[in-house]
Amino acid sequence: MTTYLLRRLAFLVVSLLLAAAVLFLLLRLLPGDPANSLLTIGADPGQIAAARHQIGSDRPLPQQFVTWLGQMATFDLGESFISTLPVGPEIAARLVVTVPLTLLAFLLAVVVAVPVGFLAAHRANRWYGPLLNGVSQFGIAVPVFWLGMLLITSFALYFHLLPAGGFPQDDWADPADALTSLLLPVVTIALVMSASLIRYVRSATLDVLDSDYLRTFRALGSSFTGAMWRHGLRNAAVPVISILGIELATTFLGAVVVESVFALPGLGSMLAKGIAQHDYPIVQGVLFVSTFGVLVIGFLADLAQRLIDPRLRGTTTRSAR
Amino acid sequence: MNAPEPPVQPLTSTPPPEPLAEPLTSTPPPEPLAERLTSTLLPEPFGGRRRTGGRRSPTLVIGCLLAGAIVAVAVVSLFWLPFPPDDTSGGRLAPPGPPHLLGTDKLGRDLLTQLMIGARIALTAGIGSVALGGVLGVAAGLPAGFATRWLDDTIAALLDILIAFPTLLLAMLLVAAREASLGSAVLAIGLAMSAIVARLTRVLVKRVLAQDFITASRTSGTSWPRVVAEHVLPNIWPTLLVNLALQLGLAVLAEASLSYLGLGAPPPNASWGRMLQEAQSTVLTAPLGAVAPGLLLIMLVVGVNLVADGLRDVADPTRRRSR
Repeated sequence: MTTYLLRRLAFLVVSLLLAAAVLFLLLRLLPGDPANSLLTIGADPGQIAAARHQIGSDRPLPQQFVTWLGQMATFDLGESFISTLPVGPEIAARLVVTVPLTLLAFLLAVVVAVPVGFLAAHRANRWYGPLLNGVSQFGIAVPVFWLGMLLITSFALYFHLLPAGGFPQDDWADPADALTSLLLPVVTIALVMSASLIRYVRSATLDVLDSDYLRTFRALGSSFTGAMWRHGLRNAAVPVISILGIELATTFLGAVVVESVFALPGLGSMLAKGIAQHDYPIVQGVLFVSTFGVLVIGFLADLAQRLIDPRLRGTTTRSAR
Repeated sequence: MNAPEPPVQPLTSTPPPEPLAEPLTSTPPPEPLAERLTSTLLPEPFGGRRRTGGRRSPTLVIGCLLAGAIVAVAVVSLFWLPFPPDDTSGGRLAPPGPPHLLGTDKLGRDLLTQLMIGARIALTAGIGSVALGGVLGVAAGLPAGFATRWLDDTIAALLDILIAFPTLLLAMLLVAAREASLGSAVLAIGLAMSAIVARLTRVLVKRVLAQDFITASRTSGTSWPRVVAEHVLPNIWPTLLVNLALQLGLAVLAEASLSYLGLGAPPPNASWGRMLQEAQSTVLTAPLGAVAPGLLLIMLVVGVNLVADGLRDVADPTRRRSR
């Protein structure tokens, strides 16, 4: 397990470095020099050179990369071209919205999907098993932003029960207020996420229900519930957990889109605005932080999988996706 | 006397195992060793021995109907549209009724026309991304499957990193670097997809290469290119095709999301995602404009997913249906 942990940790570090390199190169391949932001139209070559020197874009690429990496490692993410405010604190302020949104939606999706997926498999021969399966089949095709629009229309514009969007100015000073404005976005993401989760849970449950070990344990006199608790749950959890890591990352991406629907001041709307205004420090900061998050989530999911399933501990590659 | 008809199976139940459905008296002719070995471990190629014959997959039929309807609309839109795409003569937010069968949007453009163009855009985005991702992915995954241990580990790790890179964010970055257009969206989605396809191809190729019939084929003097063409590709493409069909649905949704964020095809040839974004402000006065594009999107994606499930049933009858 220790060997595995070290190898996986090394893999995480290498992936982070590579992701950083990809991000750096992609941003440097963008048309236009970052120094342009300091200049006005019609700047003479001398001014351009001065600006390039000030920004550092006249140095060779590897040197720029090392400098940039050093800044990223200390979370010095540069300053916005537009507002000239530092990017790091702004991201931190926005995470206050995005992280609770992602985690709440993810938790709700898991809470909905696990029992529903189990029922869809366990009751496959009753009328509601296939129905649940059909609903989840339909659900994975629903665009998350469209569901958000429909929920806003019905609960905010028509029934006036919940706010249509926005977030309290003072963030979480009044938790009830903040939660109310997050309720619709959370439900939107959770519904779409749970649709695909249900299919994984159902598939994992079907595998367990078919298994010889469960039949043997039942034949030895255990009750169905007992067998499921002792053996079923643990075995079904392995593929589901590896999926959960990916799903959590997907939930985060869902949050990026849904924030635009609900006008939430989170990381997603920050990124969308940064792209629209060609504000590259903002874009690179948000992408760096989110890729970091996604890779760390994958790392944790792999560890959790091996804690649950001792059979995987000798292996290094990821199992059933 | 006539044998009694076998009872009709309800659609939801597990189909009876294939061998029992055949008459027990006729012994099947002996097959080459290689084929018997593949059939136990790998899904059957579509043209293979166990062609499903009369048994159709209902999933496949329903899926083809749903997706086919959208394809038909897209094809018609190439030759005929009720109104020119940028014709705003109908007046703003006209209610449904002749001459504007589904009404107009807030700029006065005919909704039906927009929806028909949207079908074309959605299909272009989906098929374009899958073509790009499929070709790149197979081209990268096929050699990776042959690679030796050290190189193979490296490639696997690289692919894992690429997959960890959030697709939608990559797409947004690419669109920011180029311009908001259908081409940028397809390029970004296709690139992101190629990593997933490459990883799947690599795993499938490795699984085929471990089979005895590959060794047998090599021992009898077949060259590697011929082994790939005759044994590897026919054995991996059913699984690959099913996966590509699923990816098509995801690509359509991804393009809609990008368009919704204003990063897709610009109007007047706008995608359904863009239409939804524009209709958001008038959802109470003109609900149809905010509902119809979403429903069509779902119809296309559900249709494509059902086709994928159906193909899997046809490709591999031994598996439980629609897992």
